[in-house]
Amino acid sequence: MTQVVLLSAEGLTVSFPGRARPFAKPDVVRAVDGVDITIKRGQTLGLVGESGCGKSTTGYALLRLNKGTGRVMFDGVDLMLLPPEKLRSMRRRIQIIFQDAAASLDPRMTIGDLIAEALDLHKLHTGGSRQPRVRELLELVGIPQRFAERYPHELSGGQAQRIAICRALAVEPDLIICDEAVSALDVSIQAQILNLLQDLQQRLGLSFLFISHDLSVVRHISHEVAVMYLGKIVEQAPTSLLFENPRHPYTKALLSAVPVPDPDVEKARERIVLAGDLPNPANPPSGCRFRTRCPVAQSKCAETLPTLHEIEQRHSAACLFV
Amino acid sequence: MPLLTVKNLRTRFSTDRGTVRAVDGVSFELEEGEVMGLVGESGSGKSITAMSIMRLIKEPPGRIEADEITFDGVDLLALTPAQLRDYRARHISMIFQDPMRSLNPVLTIGRQLMETLQRHLRMSARDARRRSIELLEVVGIPRAEKRLDEYPHQFSGGMRQRVMIAIALSCNPRLLIADEATTALDVTIQAQIIDLIRRLRSEMGTAVIWISHDLGLVAGLCDKVSVMYAGRIVESGPVREVFYRPAHGYTLGLMNCTPRVDDIGHRLRPIEGMPPNLAEPMPLCPFLPRCEMAVAACRESKPRLETIAEGHVASCHANLSAYWRKEKVA
Repeated sequence: MTQVVLLSAEGLTVSFPGRARPFAKPDVVRAVDGVDITIKRGQTLGLVGESGCGKSTTGYALLRLNKGTGRVMFDGVDLMLLPPEKLRSMRRRIQIIFQDAAASLDPRMTIGDLIAEALDLHKLHTGGSRQPRVRELLELVGIPQRFAERYPHELSGGQAQRIAICRALAVEPDLIICDEAVSALDVSIQAQILNLLQDLQQRLGLSFLFISHDLSVVRHISHEVAVMYLGKIVEQAPTSLLFENPRHPYTKALLSAVPVPDPDVEKARERIVLAGDLPNPANPPSGCRFRTRCPVAQSKCAETLPTLHEIEQRHSAACLFV
Repeated sequence: MPLLTVKNLRTRFSTDRGTVRAVDGVSFELEEGEVMGLVGESGSGKSITAMSIMRLIKEPPGRIEADEITFDGVDLLALTPAQLRDYRARHISMIFQDPMRSLNPVLTIGRQLMETLQRHLRMSARDARRRSIELLEVVGIPRAEKRLDEYPHQFSGGMRQRVMIAIALSCNPRLLIADEATTALDVTIQAQIIDLIRRLRSEMGTAVIWISHDLGLVAGLCDKVSVMYAGRIVESGPVREVFYRPAHGYTLGLMNCTPRVDDIGHRLRPIEGMPPNLAEPMPLCPFLPRCEMAVAACRESKPRLETIAEGHVASCHANLSAYWRKEKVA
């Protein structure tokens, strides 16, 4: 199967001003620091890492929802160079859904109007084809037609997420960025939404950037996975390669910390418990950013910044020892 | 004699929309030093069960009834409010998901730790301070002496949860109830806290009720597990029994819809539909409308709690033996 690249970002960097101090240059927090990612058409890239590692900021930067630098090639166009009016029409093709779906739905509008609003914004299906399209979209996400007349407060968490997905689909995007989209849902409902996303991908050839802290979910839904730590990608590979043969010490520790619902497996597992917390991103460690918590760090890790390099076909890691 | 015995616990809330049966006939026993998992989805009654045992439910609108709640031979239902407060501080402690809500933001960590020690163990200020430093060291907070004088906002999420555990342990409780205590934490920090709980259990023999929606955590940490649905325990038993021989349609459904980090992406089997409204009359089995395993008997009679193996009970008419991991449990 040929895999066409839909989006590729190079050297993506997002900085925020940190705390200002008298008589000193204000800190700069590099939330995302030189990230390269590639999303293929019809595929899912999982982006994992702990809170504060910059995974959501990366997602927003692709949409230019924050001030990032670097290159973001989407279907042959550099999004970073687009003037505002053209950016808007490109944004139709990249949609985003969030963890708290209910918060992204206007409580005073009916479900039907919320979906039609997405169509109106991009002047799609105006006139007579509008209502049939709304019905079609509701069916696509498995919501009964009668819900078109209801209001967001009448929805459960899973239904609200379905409506958020429905609104994203309304404008016929190529890529949907899912930012912790199933994290707040109970497992039984989470499974419903994950299956829905997989079905939609099959039917519509959608691509997903799936941002999550939950490695079990990411393994389940992604074709490729990138692991972030403190603003940098430390390892990237096709899903099975990354989960079966993790090479970066951070990925190894992360995977070993995820509980498995199987008592014997849990008992037999070797767990790498990392010491300490995530360092302050305004003042990251010199050299390798992971070295302060790394179980195999040596003195040269403080001096040399490891770069992401290919260690086997399609599998790259940023560690001096792999 | 078990450390804690709960028999037929019922907790109801009167609301505008009728009486909500949040906990509907829960019974279990917990031995000294035992770790019990309480799993289920939001609204299944896990937290309300714990809060009812601690009598932390406001009455009214709540109403707690039980045939028996005894802790170390003492009838908790018969205690006066003052006695109860003392029990909560000294014998049964509880930690929650969000430590920031349990800590006072304008008092130092040290004050909050020492307060418990001085009040309930009648320690002098000096002894209390020394003991506080010890406690922070036990839960793995570096530079404990200095950190004692800091405020909650100066601690990270994982460190705050450690402080909460230190406070919970300050009077050497015999039972610790942890309600989604690691849910808000990153996995690497969660692993540190789980390690700590394991150590406390083996070193101090503290019994633990571990409330969680995460089956993985329960599999690794607990001796036994109770699965809750719609305010009832639908299945309970030793962890290996319940995980390898699930005997209730809901337990099986829960396992089939949970993605595993050690498993390649086979399709998940979601549990269709939504949990029932607890203010409405319940079908014979509360899980029936969502159950894939339902048999004719499910519509005819109420399933009784039946014994599958020693200590393993479930209330389900369906025979799920086709799904058992027989190589795991003889």
